[in-house]
Amino acid sequence: MNEILLSGTRSSPQREAAARAIGCRARRPARTVRCILALPLLLLSPLPVQAAARLNVVATLPDFTSIAGAVGGDLVQATSLAKGSEDAHFVDPRPSFIRVLNQADVLIEGGADLETGWLPPLVASARNRRILPGQPGRVALASHVQLLEVPSAPVDRSQGDIHAAGNPHFWLDPVNGEKIAAHLADVFARLDPPNAARYQEGRKLFCDRLARKLAEWKRQMEPFRGTRVLTYHKAYEYFAARFELEIVGQIEPKPGLEPSPTHLNALIQRAREQGVKLVLVEPFRARKTAEHVARSIGAKMLILPEKAGGAENVKDYFGLFDYAVAQITGALR
Amino acid sequence: MKTGTLLQWWCALGLGALPLAAQDAAELEKLQKQLREAQENFERVTREQRQLIENLARQVRELQRQGAATNVMPAAAPTGPTNAWRPSDPLRIGSKSAYADIGFVGTIAVGGSTASDIEGGLQPGGHDPNQRGFTLQGLEMGVTGAVDPYFRGAANLSFALDAEGETFLELEEAWLETMSLPWNLQLRAGQMFTDFGRHNATHLHAWSFVDAPLVNARFLGPDGLRNPGARIAWLTPTPFYSELSFGLQNSQGETATSFRSEGGHHHDDAENEDPPLAYRHADNDRGVSHVDDLLISTRYALSFDLTPSQVLLVGGSAAFGPNSRGGEDAGETTTQIYGVDLTWKWKSPRHQGGFPFVQWQTEALVRKYEAGAFDWSEEGAATDPNVVVDTGTGAPAVLSGETLVDHGLYSQLLYGFRKGWVAGLRADFVSGNEGSYERRALTYNGTALGRDPQRAQRWRLSPNLTWYPTEFSKIRLQYNFDDRLGIGQDHSVWLQFEFLLGAHAAHRF
Repeated sequence: MNEILLSGTRSSPQREAAARAIGCRARRPARTVRCILALPLLLLSPLPVQAAARLNVVATLPDFTSIAGAVGGDLVQATSLAKGSEDAHFVDPRPSFIRVLNQADVLIEGGADLETGWLPPLVASARNRRILPGQPGRVALASHVQLLEVPSAPVDRSQGDIHAAGNPHFWLDPVNGEKIAAHLADVFARLDPPNAARYQEGRKLFCDRLARKLAEWKRQMEPFRGTRVLTYHKAYEYFAARFELEIVGQIEPKPGLEPSPTHLNALIQRAREQGVKLVLVEPFRARKTAEHVARSIGAKMLILPEKAGGAENVKDYFGLFDYAVAQITGALR
Repeated sequence: MKTGTLLQWWCALGLGALPLAAQDAAELEKLQKQLREAQENFERVTREQRQLIENLARQVRELQRQGAATNVMPAAAPTGPTNAWRPSDPLRIGSKSAYADIGFVGTIAVGGSTASDIEGGLQPGGHDPNQRGFTLQGLEMGVTGAVDPYFRGAANLSFALDAEGETFLELEEAWLETMSLPWNLQLRAGQMFTDFGRHNATHLHAWSFVDAPLVNARFLGPDGLRNPGARIAWLTPTPFYSELSFGLQNSQGETATSFRSEGGHHHDDAENEDPPLAYRHADNDRGVSHVDDLLISTRYALSFDLTPSQVLLVGGSAAFGPNSRGGEDAGETTTQIYGVDLTWKWKSPRHQGGFPFVQWQTEALVRKYEAGAFDWSEEGAATDPNVVVDTGTGAPAVLSGETLVDHGLYSQLLYGFRKGWVAGLRADFVSGNEGSYERRALTYNGTALGRDPQRAQRWRLSPNLTWYPTEFSKIRLQYNFDDRLGIGQDHSVWLQFEFLLGAHAAHRF
């Protein structure tokens, strides 16, 4: 990259990439002239930033950012649109996101309609071909993991906010984290081939650490296998499946709907009969109802972040499970 | 191989116990060979079985790792395309491949008012409730989708019923927009709302109140300012969001109120009682001969995240174009409209379903409107109906050209206090300078004219409460207190229902 000496100043990676694309080789007079002639074009043309020094990765959720950062290391700059503390289905499509997406080389979304209420108009306004659907820089992770609760019978909106593609909270299974990392390493490698080996190396380091941590988490959770729990929303299905908790029901009667007293009474009755020990609630949910349910069945209510950043000491993807496992084992001990 | 060794010894001992005397060396050799073979066979089988066991154990471990989920819950591969459309799927042409999404939004209001001139008078908006009892404010059909890798397209058709029960169909929008033009540009072309302020380009179902702000209905038109045209918008290379747009549209037609719209009921039936805007017809239509005979609009908007939970969006808009108000030789009369808007929103960093939030939105507009000279004697005699008569002379009035300056604003505050519940308050104000034509003694159909009802000062206060059972339905109760100069005060209560069927594109901020 240092071989290009167009103006004496250090040229940006974008321009360097473009210079390479038009065949510039510095210190060869004829070509230098050609480079200079092409310079206005370089300044004006929207360039694919495929060979930028750092891949600008924008993810909808902080968990994807965390994994992307682990895989890409200092080769990527990873940003998250949603905050870990907020409801990922209802993020505001702030104008500032348009600016962020305009600069992105990669857009990672969960998919399965998780971000359908806010992401499409942002992408439509971003004027960035690299992140349009179908481009290598547009990643919908849901199509690279096995989704749970894919409706087998016809669905309509009378059943609440059911996602026709399946439950979109898939990152809460560490095994899916491994698949996400593998896919991201492939995506980054395709966009930045010279560093392909480093992305695979990052993936391996991440996956090895995840495997070690998973074994540890499973060991810690082992004594509580089969514990029956209630959840507020169908957000913990993947976590429960991996760590063998049994979900007895949800406080929401249907996804996205607030509970009626009739539903709560029936739920409390059933939870009592089945000996439910925990009520798992995302940090942004109204706590009063969940507290009432937990109290009525003699269970403990746990505020359990479902995204990195969902609690103060949940910094990244590993922290998410560290925290959840510590909370659950602490409550059941 | 311990078992193998034991067997070997056992066999060896067994053989050793045989009487050897009667046996020759050949037989011994044969037996030894058999023993070797048995030994090898046994080892091979053991090895194979061990391998088989190891393989199976590995497979079981693998299955446990990968598909623990499948043991608990039914799972399916998400990638397998299910092409069959089912009656309960969203209305989508080319299901799963998303060629176009189709959605319907129905908006119905019921209520009443102390005013008797609801349609067009008390409620100047084209989709406002228009009578006591029920109003079908709109049934909007939206189709959106990617046209090809370069364009996306959208079309909005709106059906409504007027106070007489007649169905009318409006082509609200039908445009295509580029997806990846160079230099951060985006081009939109077709029938579209002018990019002016915040409310103008908002469809009925996205309104936070039952009716349109007064200033929008008066300056930008009952149905909003929209016409066929093209717009280019540039996302500027600033570290914050900032966008500059420039549009060219036709300046004629009923959706170009304030420009070359005929307005003023020129062709309406004789029983029409309302005098036209500025008490003169729009006959001065010079058509389109220059580019500035088109409607030219521009907007600059910028936005900052004040804190991680607060967003500020400010914008300035302008629209310029000819108008045709005045007699046929009234010259080149034009209209200029300027607007500023401010939107501030706070949304809890721990919101559930988008609640709680507080949003404040304000728009202020100024309109400079050149009304050309007009001679009513060309329309008929003083005794004819629908002729403005000079009370002093008793002859049809002769009005001179003048520039009318109007201004107005609305300011609304929304508080989403718990999931699905929003309390709102909006204040509306519109006014204008008193034109020389308004100070004259004029009569119209035997009634003395004073301040122009389409320009006179009025204000409105509207508290409301909205409940969204889901994102796909809403129920809204609104009270309006209206005070109109020269008409008086009115009270109205409207209950609004809305439902959404099919797919619906997400809204912009």
